[in-house]
Amino acid sequence: MNEYDVIVIGGGSAGIAAAVECYKNGCEKVIILERDKELGGILLQCIHNGFGLHMFQEELSGPAYAQRWIEELGKYEIAYKVNTMVTHVNVDAHIAEDAAKAKSEADKIVEYVNQAEGYVRIRGKAVILAMGCRERTRGAIGIPGYRPSGIWSAGTAQRYLNMEGYMVGKRIFILGSGDIGLIMARRMTLEGARVLGVAELMPYSNGLSRNIKQCLEDFDIPLYLSHTVTKILGKDRVSGIELSEVDDNMQPIPGTEIYFEADTLLLSVGLIPENNLSEEAGVILHPKTGGAVVDEAKQTNIPGIFACGNVLHVHDLVDFVSKEGQEAGRNAARYLRGELKSEKGFVTKAGSGIGYVMPQKVNADNMEETVEFMFRVSQPCQNVSVSVYRGDTCIKKVNKRVLLPAEMEKVKLDKTLLQSAEGDLEIRIESRGVIG
Amino acid sequence: MFNELSLGAQTGADMYDIIIIGAGITGCFIAREMSRYQCKIAVVDAENDVANGATMANSAIVHAGYDPEEGSLKARFNVRGSRMYEEICRELGTEYIRTSAYVAACSAEEVEKLEELYQNAVRRGIPVAYVSTEEARKEEPALSDHVVKVMELPTTAIIYPWETATALMEEAVINGCDLFLANKVTSIIKDNGGYQVKTNRQMFVGKLVINAAGVYADQIYQMAAGKKIFTIKARKGEYYVLDRSDNPLVKRVIYPIPSASGKGVLAVPTTHGNVLLGPNSVFTDDKEGNDTTREGLDYVRNQLMKTLRVFPANKVIRSFAGLRASGEQHDFIIEESDVCEGFFNVACIESPGLASAPAIAEYVVNELILPKYPWSVKESFKRREPLLRVNKMTPEEQNELVRMNPAYGRIVCRCEQVTEAEIVEAIRRPVGATTVKGVKKRVRPGMGRCQGGFCEPLVVEILARELGITPQEVLLDSEKSLLLTGETKEVGGEQG
Repeated sequence: MNEYDVIVIGGGSAGIAAAVECYKNGCEKVIILERDKELGGILLQCIHNGFGLHMFQEELSGPAYAQRWIEELGKYEIAYKVNTMVTHVNVDAHIAEDAAKAKSEADKIVEYVNQAEGYVRIRGKAVILAMGCRERTRGAIGIPGYRPSGIWSAGTAQRYLNMEGYMVGKRIFILGSGDIGLIMARRMTLEGARVLGVAELMPYSNGLSRNIKQCLEDFDIPLYLSHTVTKILGKDRVSGIELSEVDDNMQPIPGTEIYFEADTLLLSVGLIPENNLSEEAGVILHPKTGGAVVDEAKQTNIPGIFACGNVLHVHDLVDFVSKEGQEAGRNAARYLRGELKSEKGFVTKAGSGIGYVMPQKVNADNMEETVEFMFRVSQPCQNVSVSVYRGDTCIKKVNKRVLLPAEMEKVKLDKTLLQSAEGDLEIRIESRGVIG
Repeated sequence: MFNELSLGAQTGADMYDIIIIGAGITGCFIAREMSRYQCKIAVVDAENDVANGATMANSAIVHAGYDPEEGSLKARFNVRGSRMYEEICRELGTEYIRTSAYVAACSAEEVEKLEELYQNAVRRGIPVAYVSTEEARKEEPALSDHVVKVMELPTTAIIYPWETATALMEEAVINGCDLFLANKVTSIIKDNGGYQVKTNRQMFVGKLVINAAGVYADQIYQMAAGKKIFTIKARKGEYYVLDRSDNPLVKRVIYPIPSASGKGVLAVPTTHGNVLLGPNSVFTDDKEGNDTTREGLDYVRNQLMKTLRVFPANKVIRSFAGLRASGEQHDFIIEESDVCEGFFNVACIESPGLASAPAIAEYVVNELILPKYPWSVKESFKRREPLLRVNKMTPEEQNELVRMNPAYGRIVCRCEQVTEAEIVEAIRRPVGATTVKGVKKRVRPGMGRCQGGFCEPLVVEILARELGITPQEVLLDSEKSLLLTGETKEVGGEQG
């Protein structure tokens, strides 16, 4: 069985960055396994601009951003396989029992399949999970009605349009104001389709503000907040949709139905980290993020298995996906050098007004000079402060004018500041001026 | 034995001994049984695939036969059918899993009803036993605290109805039967010693007609008889589908105590590790009205809370609805017409229709057709080659396959782990898939948690290539269910 230092599952933005970074940090045998026919992941179908502002201080298209990273990867002796589907990830329990042995003997077993080699098992000392996410479906949100053609998740329609060169419809309605939906509203309009509207269940949009402006407002596409699709019409092909207003509990209000004659319904109703392989391997998932529970090293509950990018938690910007990949890669290298310890630590908590905090725990001995915490607010808020507590002590307070659930927030704390108090770390939203 | 059919000869219509209208599970079983005999058979269906009506959307259970009314055809054929299925599925190489079932009573009144069902089962020779609620909860932790008494029916089984129907039709076709899909029957004229069956596409002439047309069997019979003799109403059943799991919500079928409207809302494991939750039972005037409704799905959810502890909303990956063909007399109609000789009604096949289908076919062939029309048996009956189950093979077997055909190494559907070679096989076989849904029914890409989000474009590409059409011509299901509306930059849609 072939052995590797690090096996990276997924060759998208997180996986490439992770592979590069662990190689740079001394791991010699690194391999990326990618299911699609080329590296780059979902970026390849994102032909719009807006990628790379943080990473390269340039505004690039998705494929151009991916190309930068593929070229970077090409500078190093990093193996990769495309058209290769990973089918199982397991830990060899016999070896894993002894932590020191696990690092030197490659206790992770990854099974993949491709056309040239068939079903193959390889061993790795560390595994980096970088499988990205999938889109929430109609079935998961339970829109009643018929099951005709003409219903797609926005990302699937994007693939048809940008990769395969086909239009999925002429009169489009979009449910969900997630970024892919907004981007597709503009894209379909530019291709000559009529986008009748975008509906959002929540009273606020779930996409980036810049996308609301550039993709809807600039094209006079109406946004229906606090609305949802309550019926799909058409037995063969979508012939229309029924839209209803929802109340404060997000239940449709009878009598508010309006109808749109549409041949297509696109759904942009959320992304779900793709963690089937992780679960099988025994990785514990967080109920809120749908991704692994990790520490500041992006290490999961299984020593030597790391996670980064959208498989860990869904990001808004690819730049931060790459950055998270780099962190996971750097820490995988530290793991192999025996530098990651996990004796002492503290957990992090989402306090009032916060949806989740990532990482979910911090190992005191592993901390680098700064530790970055990512979080999302659970609802929009204005003129508040973000307060970070350890135990009862407020160690940091940042004032914010606007915070939106659609936009991931970060707070970076120095190691010394983190060590200045004891207890769990909690991030809270507080009204400004209130003393914690 | 028969006169020449005059009009058929004049018009050049296709001539058959038997025309079976309907390629659902019953029509497929009858076609396969009759294809053992030296007669020429046509199967005609309005849908664009076999198993697209009631066989498409049901609970997929081979019920043991404990609940149909004593003396009914339902009771007779269900009990017999349930005993036939295992061997038939082995012959066909299709899924059959004897999961067992619990019938759960939740009140003193229901306990009385349970005892009646127990006596029914004993009388019918169906294996049955009471189990303690402690044991039942140990076996099925999802059972609710409302459950006070549990009866087990160990011979209850599940099948994969689309696969069963397709496999049956495949054997019929390789033994000489002709299948005509997307042929909606528009008129039936009794001709000199036979019938002219006209569809939207062509004319068939047959000596015998078997009416297995599901919810439309009343209208089909009316065409032949000239008047409405029985009426079928569509009765909708809505279901939730839960994501596949190694540890599914239930391992057995969980039945509540049946009521006047049917078996009630069930929890059913599927042959592929999903769980079905449903159905409700609502009459609808629209025989194509298989839409799901908020009310219907809410009802399913509420009713389940009687027998189950939780409703795992976060595991739901799809909901669907099917239509049962319900007759006014609440029993199957299986007989030769008394006004149209040679016209056989196999009608009102609602639950337990799937479980009864092999026994219905056996009865129709051996007791209704052959005694009167004694075709002799063919010298040989060809068997189908079962589909390869790649994900159930050993790694050595898998690698041998990939070596011979690398397409077995390309996984197209990641949720259900379906390879390109399996999809190609599903398209190329007799009774092959011609649509995205047809592929999904046969080998499952799109059945998983992403619901085809990743694999549908790939399946469209493979279908187009195999069928020699463009991707824009690929259909989801019916002939009007086109997926792609044009190439980029030539949409010609409305502006402004």
